[in-house]
Amino acid sequence: MLAHGEAHPRPPEPDRLARALDLYEYQGKELFRRYGIPSSDGRLATTPKEARAAADELGTPVVVKAQVLTGGRGKAGGIKLAESPADAAARAADILGIDIRGHTVTKVWIEHASDIEREYYLSLTFDRSAKKPLFMFTTQGGIDIEEVAATSPEALVRLHVDPLEGCQPWHGRRIVYDGAVADPGEQKQIAAIVGKLYEAFVGCEAMLCEINPLIVTPEGEVRALDSKFTVDDNALFRHADIAEMRDVGAADPLEALAREKGVTYVKLDGEVGVLGNGAGLTMSTVDVVTFVGGRPANFCDLGGGGDAQGVVDALEVITRDPQVRAIFFNIFGGITRCDEVARGILQAVEQMGIAYPMVVRLDGTNAEDGRRILTEATLSNLHVEATMLDGARRAVELAA
Amino acid sequence: MAILVDTETRLVVQGLTGSEGRFHGLRNRSHGTNVVAGVTPGKGGQDVEGVPVFDTVASAVAATDANTAMVFVPAPFAADAMYEAIDAGIVVIICITEGVPAHEMLRLHAYIQGRGVTVIGPNCPGALSPGKANVGIIPAEIFREGAVGLVSRSGTLTYQIGHELTQLGLGNSTIVGIGGDPVVGSSFLEILALFEADSQTEQVVMVGEIGGDEEEKAAAFIESEMSKPVVAYIAGFTAPPGKTMGHAGAIISGSAGTAQAKKEALEAKGVRVGTTPTETAQFVAEIVRA
Repeated sequence: MLAHGEAHPRPPEPDRLARALDLYEYQGKELFRRYGIPSSDGRLATTPKEARAAADELGTPVVVKAQVLTGGRGKAGGIKLAESPADAAARAADILGIDIRGHTVTKVWIEHASDIEREYYLSLTFDRSAKKPLFMFTTQGGIDIEEVAATSPEALVRLHVDPLEGCQPWHGRRIVYDGAVADPGEQKQIAAIVGKLYEAFVGCEAMLCEINPLIVTPEGEVRALDSKFTVDDNALFRHADIAEMRDVGAADPLEALAREKGVTYVKLDGEVGVLGNGAGLTMSTVDVVTFVGGRPANFCDLGGGGDAQGVVDALEVITRDPQVRAIFFNIFGGITRCDEVARGILQAVEQMGIAYPMVVRLDGTNAEDGRRILTEATLSNLHVEATMLDGARRAVELAA
Repeated sequence: MAILVDTETRLVVQGLTGSEGRFHGLRNRSHGTNVVAGVTPGKGGQDVEGVPVFDTVASAVAATDANTAMVFVPAPFAADAMYEAIDAGIVVIICITEGVPAHEMLRLHAYIQGRGVTVIGPNCPGALSPGKANVGIIPAEIFREGAVGLVSRSGTLTYQIGHELTQLGLGNSTIVGIGGDPVVGSSFLEILALFEADSQTEQVVMVGEIGGDEEEKAAAFIESEMSKPVVAYIAGFTAPPGKTMGHAGAIISGSAGTAQAKKEALEAKGVRVGTTPTETAQFVAEIVRA
């Protein structure tokens, strides 16, 4: 199924599926090498001294590249050429510690500098719409792929792979011929990389493998100059080596704490703390708080269980955010029992001395018991509301 | 009539001897579901409160004529369990298990095409036809029998909307949670088609959320293929791009998959979209009473 040249292509941005582990460039390249995808030799450095040693070992010139889990490194001054080991140390000193789109650079990748004749783009993504892996290739590489898709969609080859058939040699041929790669040597190398990229994608259970740019050197050699590699969290149980690549320090501290506590938490930028059970209901609660005129401070999902300790853990995360002025609990008991949640709220108030106004709405399994437990506690900052909408209104009022 | 699960359902629970499988399997039985068998390799010959346990799905089917499977086995083994059920001739498979690797679902999804089998889930609350059968973890007490079909990517949000419908005196034909993962066995399209063909269902509520384009595809399907009125709700209007909101599928990537885009796609095809669960239920009530 080749969508190349269709009139209205869907945005071909990589569908960076969630609950996924994003890897740094150097980690992705390590995986590329494992699967035989050619890339330049390099070393990781966290200090200028290490950068100098790396350049010494590799031979100059080298490129010093910031390792961050975000795009736009080049424009932010995160990629620099160095002519000597001393220069590499100086460039590393420039780059280490700078901020790129909210990410502080703590490590750089020192790589043998490549002469570039041409820049192509090749990626393999998990296309959830078609429910198939999707190859994308263009000879207009090195730039924003979304721009290529928008301005010259005919230059972007899109080719799905049937997951039961797997990647066959014809996929590689279609990509190079439809992509109008003229040189037979390049055709052969790119077709081979296509097959290896598929092996890496399936072998690592990736959601995205992107090579941008895929370069051609003046000698006609095709190599990966960058990597973007994202792996499915749900598959990490059988990829211990990849699971270890997670950089826990790169996460938002509150989100890291939540992860440790087993709570799903996303920081937002408002005053009303939101705690719900189940992803959909919690998302909907965040929306409803906004629709009644408030600003949610977070998305916090208690998950399916929701015992008393779970409530305490979640409140611990929510209350670390200094912006929070009131908390809205929206619980619909199914497996979660509302009396348990009520007990957790009281336990947390006692343990943590929470003084914020808290609005609680309970429905479903054991809701009456839960409401009774809360009412009998007669806490002045605890407000029980009957519906989701009323609860949201009250919480917004109290946070004002 | 209802869809997927009803009085004709003969359920085999894969993983019946585990704590979750046992709890929910028996809970489903107490709601009237005909739970005919359990499967746990190595535990064939035992029973769970009178439900016979078999080593394989094939032997369970041979002995009990099971036609529906509920999968409660741990994530690393869930896809295997589903293939086994398909091979044994099971026609409806409901996988509750959370955390099934996406690549396995990709292959399974390709495998089931054209085989006449319906897979619901994984990572879903299951299907409930009030008064007939409950397969999964949906709390049956909060729903009542009626004519509104409900299909959702979420669990508790489904309960919320079901509860709002009940408050307005409306009941459900079947409630189906299709799951919040990036690749699920059945998407909105398949379930909408079942509701369209079901004699009990008169209106349908579709509960979507951010991520993917299944709601957009459903919008086109509703316009061209459905005679029954559909009301929708989308969660995640205020979700920031690039952040997962709990469900693995709930993420906005770039400009695609936003709640606003989904709402517009649905409204362009004449589907009313509620801004809150409460308003969504009110829209249904308006249609029913019109």
